[in-house]
Amino acid sequence: MTGWRPALERSVVLRHDRVRRTYLLVLPERVVVLEGRAADVLRLCDGQRSVDEIVDVLAARFPGAPVTVEVPRFLDRVRQEGWLR
Amino acid sequence: MTTPASTPPASPSPSPPWALLAELTHGCPLHCPYCSNPLELVRRSRELSAEEWGDVLRQAADLGVVHTHLSGGEPLLRPDLAAIVAAADSAGIYIQLVTSGVGLSAPRLSALVSAGLRSVQLSVQHADPASSDRIAGKRSFAAKEHAAALVRDAGLPLGLNVVLHRDNLDAVDAVVDLGVAWGADRIELANTQFYGWALRNRTALLPTRDQLSRARDAVERRREQLAGTTELVWVVPDYFDGVPKPCMGGWGAVSLTVAPDGGVLPCPAAGGLPDLDVPNVRDRPLEWIWNSSPAFNRYRGTEWMSEPCRGCPRRETDFGGCRCQAHALTGEAARTDPACALSPDHALLRAVAETPRSGTAPYVYRGPGPGTARSPRTV
Repeated sequence: MTGWRPALERSVVLRHDRVRRTYLLVLPERVVVLEGRAADVLRLCDGQRSVDEIVDVLAARFPGAPVTVEVPRFLDRVRQEGWLR
Repeated sequence: MTTPASTPPASPSPSPPWALLAELTHGCPLHCPYCSNPLELVRRSRELSAEEWGDVLRQAADLGVVHTHLSGGEPLLRPDLAAIVAAADSAGIYIQLVTSGVGLSAPRLSALVSAGLRSVQLSVQHADPASSDRIAGKRSFAAKEHAAALVRDAGLPLGLNVVLHRDNLDAVDAVVDLGVAWGADRIELANTQFYGWALRNRTALLPTRDQLSRARDAVERRREQLAGTTELVWVVPDYFDGVPKPCMGGWGAVSLTVAPDGGVLPCPAAGGLPDLDVPNVRDRPLEWIWNSSPAFNRYRGTEWMSEPCRGCPRRETDFGGCRCQAHALTGEAARTDPACALSPDHALLRAVAETPRSGTAPYVYRGPGPGTARSPRTV
């Protein structure tokens, strides 16, 4: 995963849903409701930041949270779904 | 207004809708004999303007709609399509175009993408060009192939929609090959649902049980082979499975359809139900239509059900099946869908499904004037 600078696939939109008060990933024929801090992580996936940089930003924002282990694992899972490149 | 058959529940309010199917026009260059448009097609002169569509889409976004399918008929027949796409996009709605491919050009697609189009679903009738043209009642296969290439070149996700029936189920492997060759991300293999035009053409379209079982095996095999590359979706043939489909995810539960003239329906076929008193965006706010109209509350939830649905453990899984099918086959929309093996009317459907059949029958092609049975078109 070294060197990977994650970004959302072109067909995937990350947005807030003001009616349901949640964040969503919207794709062709599918809507994914984002739980917990998933949107905070995905919003940092801009194709510029590396995974380490994303972890650093989140570690500073959420002190004490297990971001070093969980964030790379989460990003990998989202990539396997085909939503990150 | 007629008096509603049941009083809408005062509370709690229904969950917000996720998706809106916008039938921008019933005009179409194709004449598919299983068309999901109603038998009574809306005339072009009665269609909502782009401005009216923009207003509907903004109201839909306020209500919670996240996805829209811009469909028809053929939505490319609307010269103002890009304005409608732009209105949906600025309302924050994710836009997918559902098209026959006829009329798509590089400049047209580029204008739509600039306006906010995200994804395209392309219909195909068969993998063999001559058969595809015969089923569509129009020489259109070459335009579809061209449209697929344009969508790929534009970098948009491409879905292929194929309605399955007796004249193409044996070619399901070839259809999957075609989708892969055209670069589809998703291939939807939808067994024909028999109401409206398809019910009229049931004799010609209904497959045999053997055909279905071979096609189902082929799809399973291809799905394993294509895992991680192309998604294969199989929409079940409810005449044969003994289990009704959870139509639309429940009446007024997930999505709504807006017809070309602004009529709003819980599903594209519901206009065929008698005395539904279809609400219209030209008369009422969409919020009232979704939350409070008698039409959207009539079969919502489980209160309207009678036995065997009422006491059934699957009542919140399949919602008693399809109201339009119950009406089409039994004359009563509130009865259990005859597709269900537990329905007292199931024998009606079994008798049709098990009737021996062979060879091909002529189609009644979709077109204006629902009463006119026409001989097969030559293409």
